[in-house]
Amino acid sequence: MSNTQAATSEKPVFYLTEEHHPENSTNLGFWIYLMSDCLMFAVLFATYAVLGRSYAAGPSPADLFDLKLVAINTAMLLFSSITYGFAMLRMEKGDKSGTLMWLGITGLFGLAFLGIELYEFYHLIHEGATPQRSAFLSAFFTLVGTHGLHVTFGCIWLVTLMVQVAKFGLIEENRRRLMCLSMFWHFLDVIWIGVFSLVYLVGVLG
Amino acid sequence: MFTNTNLMEFIFGRLSWNSLAFTHDPIILATFVVVVLGGGAVVGAITYFRLWGYLWNEWFTSVDHKKIGIMYVILSLVMLMRGFADAVMMRAQQAIAFGENQGYLPPHHYDQIFTAHGVIMIFFFAMPLVTGIMNYVVPLQIGARDVSFPFLNNFSFWMTTAGAVIIMMSLFVGEFARTGWLAYPPLSGADYSPGVGVDYYIWGLQVAGVGTTLSGINLIATIVKMRAPGMTMMKMPIFTWTSLCTNVLIVASFPILTATLVLLTLDRYVGTNFFTNDLGGNPMMYVNLIWIWGHPEVYILILPAFGIFSEIVSTFSGKRLFGYASMVYATVVITILSYIVWLHHFFTMGSGASVNAFFGITTMIISIPTGAKIFNWLFTMYRGRIRYEVPMYWTIGFMVTFVIGGMTGVMLAIPPADFVLHNSLFLIAHFHNVIIGGVVFGLLAGINFWYPKAFGYRLDPFWGKMSFWFWLTGFYFAFMPLYVLGLMGVTRRVNHFEDSSLQIWFIIAAFGAFLIALGIASFVIQLVVSFFKREQLRDTTGDPWNGRTLEWSTSSPPPEYNFAFTPVVYDHDGWYDMKNSGYVRPLEGFKPIHMPKNTGTGVILSAFSVTLAFGLIWYMWWLAALSFLAILVVSIAHTFNYKRDYYIQAETVIATENARTKQLAEQA
Repeated sequence: MSNTQAATSEKPVFYLTEEHHPENSTNLGFWIYLMSDCLMFAVLFATYAVLGRSYAAGPSPADLFDLKLVAINTAMLLFSSITYGFAMLRMEKGDKSGTLMWLGITGLFGLAFLGIELYEFYHLIHEGATPQRSAFLSAFFTLVGTHGLHVTFGCIWLVTLMVQVAKFGLIEENRRRLMCLSMFWHFLDVIWIGVFSLVYLVGVLG
Repeated sequence: MFTNTNLMEFIFGRLSWNSLAFTHDPIILATFVVVVLGGGAVVGAITYFRLWGYLWNEWFTSVDHKKIGIMYVILSLVMLMRGFADAVMMRAQQAIAFGENQGYLPPHHYDQIFTAHGVIMIFFFAMPLVTGIMNYVVPLQIGARDVSFPFLNNFSFWMTTAGAVIIMMSLFVGEFARTGWLAYPPLSGADYSPGVGVDYYIWGLQVAGVGTTLSGINLIATIVKMRAPGMTMMKMPIFTWTSLCTNVLIVASFPILTATLVLLTLDRYVGTNFFTNDLGGNPMMYVNLIWIWGHPEVYILILPAFGIFSEIVSTFSGKRLFGYASMVYATVVITILSYIVWLHHFFTMGSGASVNAFFGITTMIISIPTGAKIFNWLFTMYRGRIRYEVPMYWTIGFMVTFVIGGMTGVMLAIPPADFVLHNSLFLIAHFHNVIIGGVVFGLLAGINFWYPKAFGYRLDPFWGKMSFWFWLTGFYFAFMPLYVLGLMGVTRRVNHFEDSSLQIWFIIAAFGAFLIALGIASFVIQLVVSFFKREQLRDTTGDPWNGRTLEWSTSSPPPEYNFAFTPVVYDHDGWYDMKNSGYVRPLEGFKPIHMPKNTGTGVILSAFSVTLAFGLIWYMWWLAALSFLAILVVSIAHTFNYKRDYYIQAETVIATENARTKQLAEQA
C-alpha cells in the first residue's frame, strides 16, 4: 500500500497512522525451537552412529532388543499422534469436550509408551546391560532416554493444557498453545521413527 | 556419631569447611575480602538510597528490550573485570617464573586461572556484550516496539546471569576446572578431574546456554516477523543482517554444546563411557563435537562486530555503504562456511591427509568473503567526508589489526604448518589478535556509537581516544611477543620456564597487559567523566552522528514504546532517506500503544537454576530435587497468567511526544 502511495503522491508516507500489528511470531519461534531440539538429537544420533558398535565385549543389539515389544511401543506413540490430530480437528470445530477427550486419550497412549520403555530399560539393566557397561549401551540409553524424557515433559505439558482448556476454554492463547504442543508431539514421533529404524531395526536385522 | 556423619553428608554432599578456597590461599582470601567489602558497599548504598524497589520494578523485572540490553552490557563489563584480572595474573606469573623462581601461582591454581579466563571472556564477557548490543539496537533498527517474545528475553538475560553467578561462586566455594576452556576428556572425566571444578564449568555453561539459545530464537523471530512495513530483507540495515546471521548460528550451534556437555555430565555423574579410555569410549568424539559448536561460536562473536563497523564506516564517511549486497552475501557465506571448518582446530589429531586438506581449504576459503568486507569498508571511506570520532578510531584500528590476525589464521590453516604451530603461543597470539582486534574493538566501537542513543548524552571523546590508544598499543605489546615465542616453539598453558632467554618476551607481553589495563581504566574514567559532563554532552536531537538507520529517528533515550508511529521504509538507509525526502515528524493523532507487562518470573526461575546447579555440583541431591520441582511449578504457574499486556494511554504518548517537540524546538 505504501509503495503505491509513494509513487503517486509527492512526499512518500514515512509512518503508519494506524497501529501496526506484526504477524504473531509464536509459530515461527516454536519451529525454530524444534529445529534446535532436533540438533540435540542429531548429536545423540551421531554419537550412537560412532559408538554404536563399541560393545566392549558386552552384549550387542541382537542379544538385547525384543523387536515385538518395540513394535508395540512404536504403535503406542504413532496412535498418540493420530489421536492428537483428532483433538486438533475437534478444536477447529470449537468442540471443547471433544478436544479434551482426545487429548486425554493421547496422554494415555503417551503414558503407555513411557511404561513400556521403562519396562524395557528395567529388563535390560536387570540383565546386566547397564548404561555403564559399554559405549554402545551408553549411547543407546542416552538417545532413547532423551526421547523418553521429551515425551515425559510432553505429558506434563499436555495435562497443564487440559486444565487450562477446561478452565478458560478454547480461547486464542490456548489454541496457539495446543498448536505448539501438537508440533512438539509430532516432532517426537518423527524422532522416534529415526530411533526405531536406526537403533532397533538396523541393530537387530542389519 | 556414624549416623551424624551420614546426615551431614546428606545435607551438605561433598561441601565442607575445607571447600572454602579462601581458607587456605592468601590470594583468594584477599580477593574474597575485596569482593565482600565492595559487594557490601554496593548493597549498602542501594539499601541506603532505597533503590531496591526501583531496581526490581524498573529493571530486574523489565521486559523492555532496551533495558535488558543495557543489563546485558553491564553484566559483560563486570565479567570483563574478572576475566582481565585472570589475564594480568597469568602475564605476571609468566614474566617472573624462570629457573629458580617458581612465581607466585602453583600449577593447580594457574590451571584454574587460564580455564576461568577463557570461559569468562568468551561466555560471560563477549557473548553478553554481543547479545546486549543486538538486543538494544535490532528492534530500533527494524522499527519495532519490542522483540517477539519479551518475557523470554528477560528470562534469557537472567539465565545468562545465573551462569555467571555459578562460575563466580567457584572462585570462593571449591575450585574451578583445571582443564582449559573446552574441558577435553579424558582429563575432564571423573577419573582425572574428580573434584567440583569441571562440574562448576558444566553447570555454569548449561544454565547460561539455555539463555543464549532462547535469546537466539527470540531475535530470529523478531527480525523475520517484526520489521517495519517496506523493509524487505535487502533493505535491512547491515547490523540487523549480521545479527540475523549470528542468531541463526547461535540456534544452530548451542544445542550441540548442550548435548555434548550432557554426554560429559553423564560420564561424570552416571559412569557412562562416551569419552572414557576404556569400555569403548572415544575422547576424540568429544573434540569433534565441541568444535562443531566452537567454530561457529567465533563467528557468532565476530559477525555483529562486522555489522557495527559497517554502520560506523558508512555513518562517519557520510556515504552509503559500498557494496551493500556483497556485504550481505559475504555475511551469509561466512555463516554457512563456519560449519565446515571445525576440524582445523585439531589437524594433529590424526584424521589423515585428505580430511585435513579438505578442512584446510575450506578454512582458507573463509578469508575470501572476509577480505571482501575489508575492501567494502575501504571503498566506503574512499572519497567520503570522514569524521574522526571515537567509533571511527576503533574501526581503523580494527582494520589494520584484524588483517594481521587474518593472515596468521591463514598460516594456521595450512595443515603442515599447523603441525608445528599447534597449541603453541603462536595460536594464542592469533586468536587474541582476531578476538581483541575484531570482537573487542568492534564492541567498544559499538558502545561509543550507540551510547548517546541509550543514555541521551555522548561519551567523552578525550578519554575515548585515550582508551583506544592504550588498548591498541597494549594489544601489540602483549601479543606480538607471543607470535615470536610461538614460532620458537613455546607451548601454551605453562606456568614455569627453564630457558631464561625467553624471559624478555614475556616481560614485554606483561607490559602490554599493563597498557591494556590503562585502556580499560580509561574506559571506566570515560564513563564517569561523561556522566558528570552529561549536560555538555547532551544529545537533544536523537541523531548525534547524522545517522542513517531508524534508531536515530527517535529520541535519545527512546521512549518506552520506541516509535509513536511505526515508520515506513524505502531504503536500507531508512532514516537518511527520510531526512532527505522531506520527512515531517508527526505532531498529532497519537493513539494508545499496546505493550507487554513486566514480570518477576525470569528472576525467580534463574535463582532456582543457581540452587539446582549448586545442588548438583556439591551432590546435595535434596537441594537439586527441590530446585527442579520449584522450576517446574513456577514455570507452570506462569502459564496460568493470561493477562500479560497493557496499553500506554494516548495522553502519556502525547505528553512524551510534546516534550520531545519542545526539546527539538529549543535545539533549533
